[in-house]
Amino acid sequence: MKKKDYLKIDKKNFLSRLIVGTGKYKNMSECAKAIKISGAEIVTVAVRRVNIVDKNKPLLMDYIDPKKITYLPNTAGCFNSEQALRTLRLAREIGGWKLVKLEVLGDKKNLLPDMIETLKSTEVLTREGFKVMVYCNDDPLMAKRLENAGATAIMPLAAPIGSGLGIQNKLNIKIIRDQTKLPLIIDAGIGTASDASMAMEIGCDGVLINTAIARAKNPFVMADAMRHAVIAGRKSYLSGRIKKNIFGSASSPSKGLI
Amino acid sequence: MNIKNKIKIKVNGKRLIFDQNTTVDKLTKKLKIPLNKVAIELNKKILDKKKLKKIKLKVNDKIEIVHFIGGG
Repeated sequence: MKKKDYLKIDKKNFLSRLIVGTGKYKNMSECAKAIKISGAEIVTVAVRRVNIVDKNKPLLMDYIDPKKITYLPNTAGCFNSEQALRTLRLAREIGGWKLVKLEVLGDKKNLLPDMIETLKSTEVLTREGFKVMVYCNDDPLMAKRLENAGATAIMPLAAPIGSGLGIQNKLNIKIIRDQTKLPLIIDAGIGTASDASMAMEIGCDGVLINTAIARAKNPFVMADAMRHAVIAGRKSYLSGRIKKNIFGSASSPSKGLI
Repeated sequence: MNIKNKIKIKVNGKRLIFDQNTTVDKLTKKLKIPLNKVAIELNKKILDKKKLKKIKLKVNDKIEIVHFIGGG
C-alpha cells in the first residue's frame, strides 16, 4: 500500500495539512464544531488572563481536548521579543507545550511581523528547547535566517492577518519553498478555498486559517470547503500537473472520425 | 476584621485583599482556579505549580494567572 502523506512537524506526523485558529468564533461550541468539520489536528490558541471575577466562563480546554488536538500556543498581540518570550514561557508552564507559534507584530494597522524581534525571539526560544513555528514575512532571506536560527517551521503570510486577500507574492513563496526542507505553512491572509488550494499547489506543506472560516457567514460550510481545498491542492501538487500551452490539444482522437 | 493582618496584592490587574501569610496555593483555591489549566506568575517570575504551598504572599505582590483562549 502507498505510504501515507503525512505532514511532519517536530517528529510528529499529522494527516491533516490544515491548521486552524480558534479565535473570532461566536462561541466555544461553534469553534469546536468548525474544527471538527475542518479535520484539523492542530489548532492555535492564545494565552490570556483567567477571568477571576466570572469563574463560570467556559474554558477552551473543556471544548477542545488537548489530548486529541495539538494545541499550538501563539504570541498574538505581542509587539516585542520580551512579551513574546514571557507569553510562551507561560504557555509551556500550563502543561508542557514546547511546540509554539511565534508571532511578533510590528505594525498595529497591518499586523505585519517585526522580523528583527521575531528573529531574536526565535534564537532565544530555540536555545530554551522550544520548537518554534514562526509567523514571518514572505521574504526568502529572512526565512533563511529563521531556518539558520533553528526554527521548526517557516510560516510566511499570504497577506495581512484577517485580510482575506490570498497569496500576494506567489514568487517569494515559491523561492522559500525551493530553498527550505522545513515545513512551510502559509499563515494569515487566506480568504477563500482557492487561496488555500493555491498555497498547496505551490508546494506549501500546510495552511493556517482562522478568520476565513470563523467569519464566513456559515463557518461550518467554509471549514468543510477549506478541508477539501487543502486536500485538493496537495494532491494536485503531488500529481505532477500538465504543462501550460498556448495552443489547444484535442482530448478526443481524430482517428475514426466520420 | 483586623486590617493589620491584611495585605493588598494584585491578581490579573485587580486589587485584592488577603490575610497575611496566605500562600499562593490558598489564593488559587479561593479563586477556584483549575491548576492543571493555568500558569502562574509572581512578580514576573513563573511559579512551579508543585511549590505553591511554600510561597507566601507579600504586600504589593503582582500575580498573573493565565490560560488558553481562542486565538489565531
